[in-house]
Amino acid sequence: MNFWVELLITILLIIGGVFVLVGSIGLSRLPDFYTRLHAPTKATTVGMGGILIASMVLMTYQQGYFSVHELLITMFLLITAPITAHMLAKTALHHQNKALKRTRSQQLMEPAREQQPPHHTAEHD
Amino acid sequence: MLNTAILIVSGMVCVALILNLWRLLRGPDLSDRILALDTMYINSIALILLYGMHMGTGLYFEAALLIAMLGFVSTVALCKYLLRGDIIE
Repeated sequence: MNFWVELLITILLIIGGVFVLVGSIGLSRLPDFYTRLHAPTKATTVGMGGILIASMVLMTYQQGYFSVHELLITMFLLITAPITAHMLAKTALHHQNKALKRTRSQQLMEPAREQQPPHHTAEHD
Repeated sequence: MLNTAILIVSGMVCVALILNLWRLLRGPDLSDRILALDTMYINSIALILLYGMHMGTGLYFEAALLIAMLGFVSTVALCKYLLRGDIIE
């Protein structure tokens, strides 16, 4: 195999693997749910993107024609990651998960849980 | 070089899966466990793709695509169940 193609695939794979690992370390080490929520998103976008593009380059080089299966998975993951994060954040608000003490603007959590605009409670106060 | 890189990255993804499993078992709240499951299916897609690259076939992409779609649907269904107490109202 051509040396430069192999080098490109290797670099993409290493970038993807490092991001996947960092996302999981963040998931297991960060202190509360709302900070934990953002760590695996890096694994989904950059990590999986790197591995999928490496696979795309390899398959294109081996088969001789342009391979787009992987692009399909990349697009699907990029579309669904924000929806999943939004649903999980809504679930955590609904279950009244505790945020860290030093989180700013914690008074906005209650109206967000009630699905009201932020100024709604200010009128009653 | 490529085979070594695939092996190293597979090891990284396996360590990531073990860390996710730790969060899945320990997670103080239900949403933590759902988040860990969500990350686990994404990492398993990476593992399947790496296996396909190692074997040199494109046969495993369909399995990866299926896992991506079913994982997304199951995560949304679990969140919906926790939010509303019902999945299809």
